[in-house]
Amino acid sequence: MSLDAAAWAAVALSLRVALVATLLGLPLAIAVAWLLARKQFWGRGLLNGLVHLPLVLPPVVTGYLLLLAFGTQGPIGGFLRDTFGITLAFRWTGAVLAAAIMAFPLTVRAIRLGFEAVPPGLEDAAATLGASRARVFLTVTLPLIAPAVLAGAVLGFAKSLGEFGATITFVAAIPGQTQTIPSAIYALLQVPGQDGAVVSLVVISIVLAMGTLALAEWLSRRMTARIAG
Amino acid sequence: MIDVAVTKRLGDFTLDAAFTAPAGVTAIFGRSGSGKSSLINGIAGLLPLDAGHVRVGGTDLTRLPVHKRRIGYVFQDARLFPHMSVLQNLTYGGSHDRGAVIDMLGLDDLLDRRPASLSGGERSRVAIGRALMMRPQLLLMDEPLAALDAPRKAEVLHYLERLCSTARIPIIYVSHAMSEVARLATTLVLLDAGRVTRAGPLDDILSDPAAVPLIGVREAGAVLTGTVRGLNTADGLTEVALSAGRLILPGRLGSPGARIRLRIPAQDVILSTAKPAGLSALNVLRCQIAAIEIGQGPGVAVSLVSGTDRLLARITRRSAALMGLAVGQEVHAILKATAMAPQDIGGSA
Repeated sequence: MSLDAAAWAAVALSLRVALVATLLGLPLAIAVAWLLARKQFWGRGLLNGLVHLPLVLPPVVTGYLLLLAFGTQGPIGGFLRDTFGITLAFRWTGAVLAAAIMAFPLTVRAIRLGFEAVPPGLEDAAATLGASRARVFLTVTLPLIAPAVLAGAVLGFAKSLGEFGATITFVAAIPGQTQTIPSAIYALLQVPGQDGAVVSLVVISIVLAMGTLALAEWLSRRMTARIAG
Repeated sequence: MIDVAVTKRLGDFTLDAAFTAPAGVTAIFGRSGSGKSSLINGIAGLLPLDAGHVRVGGTDLTRLPVHKRRIGYVFQDARLFPHMSVLQNLTYGGSHDRGAVIDMLGLDDLLDRRPASLSGGERSRVAIGRALMMRPQLLLMDEPLAALDAPRKAEVLHYLERLCSTARIPIIYVSHAMSEVARLATTLVLLDAGRVTRAGPLDDILSDPAAVPLIGVREAGAVLTGTVRGLNTADGLTEVALSAGRLILPGRLGSPGARIRLRIPAQDVILSTAKPAGLSALNVLRCQIAAIEIGQGPGVAVSLVSGTDRLLARITRRSAALMGLAVGQEVHAILKATAMAPQDIGGSA
């Protein structure tokens, strides 16, 4: 395949960004899904809307808002830089943040369905057997929603791999630093005579997507078998 | 000793039930919608109360969260954890008396199985075992037989009977089937529209004609305790001695000397002022009328005493008038042997 170092760097970066964004986003997604599925509280509608916002906003708008908030001059970005020395804008870590936020609604939706599918009363039964709330969650709820968590993670991972608009707005597409597969393809398309490289990246994208799906399918079969016995 | 008072508003329905019960098996009986499940959910702590208290053996549990109450709960739908083996389910809340519980409920061959592969009866037994292994200070059972078909019901009832006669912990058993209640319980609490209408020793309430409207005409009937005399193998009938008389019952009901409980539905008892002759029914008991309760409908509930046994008969108001029945009068109660359905006969050691 006719790929130069910059293109390979884009593939590696995409995988790294997607993996880190998925893993970091997952605990928060589980917590938010639990809140939305199980709790009635003031501001529940607002939280639900906020979580889903990246799904309905143009990604470029999300990226611009991220730039406003997390840019070095932004309120959160300035605070992170002054306090922890962390800069997100135009760094790969910023790509992680953009990917995580764009994938968040998809992950939350999948996990929330999982919470709603837990047979009613199993958690009550565990409580009557002396299990504290934490133990009920870890030993009953979490194992039962595991397939939904996996589904959410896979969706989020795939979304993160393909994220373009918010990422390019927030961290641009600096080859070797913030250029992911989609922005590399876009950049290559701007230059005549790069069709070979474009096709290679497209094939890699398809293989990654199929591979992710196959892995998820295999894991989900194993989990379902464990639950059904 | 159980001391319960539960007040809870649920929409249009108000549960306002209080009762005390001694150790042993207390049945909460009422039709569906009477608030039985809400009442025991309140006792377990699963339903937050507006007011009330839950005391077991002198300990006040009212303010404790569910998981600190040590109240075992056998749900109607078993609620086994689908992702765990039977053994993991059983020991989730503790593994007290593990061998004894597995033995008593016949669970030895099921331990490695998953709940999905169990029959309904097996699931119920595992749920009972799981609640017992946490060594609860009170065991709640919410219609554990209601979801089972007749053969499974008989299977689990057999284990329940063993449990109820040997358990050292108090048991609260919720049901709308009087045949189960009569076999298992010693104390009866009648619940109607969220209120306790009667509470006390089971035999007293079941033989009280005034309680017939509360229980329902079809379900009313006294419980007798008798001793097996012997089995006539030729015709397959068992003779049971009562305090003043004997009954001949179909089937093999136990070895000689065994004590058994019989439920005699009130509508299956026929009264006669003269000693009946030329009758196909085998069982005739000489009784004295202790009370006559005239209700709202066409029926009359008649309380009868035979030796130390108490019987209940439901006849029409017209028959009572034609026969001139009066308190203190001697009558003959005719019980057809087949009127005593197998599920109404219970053995006990």
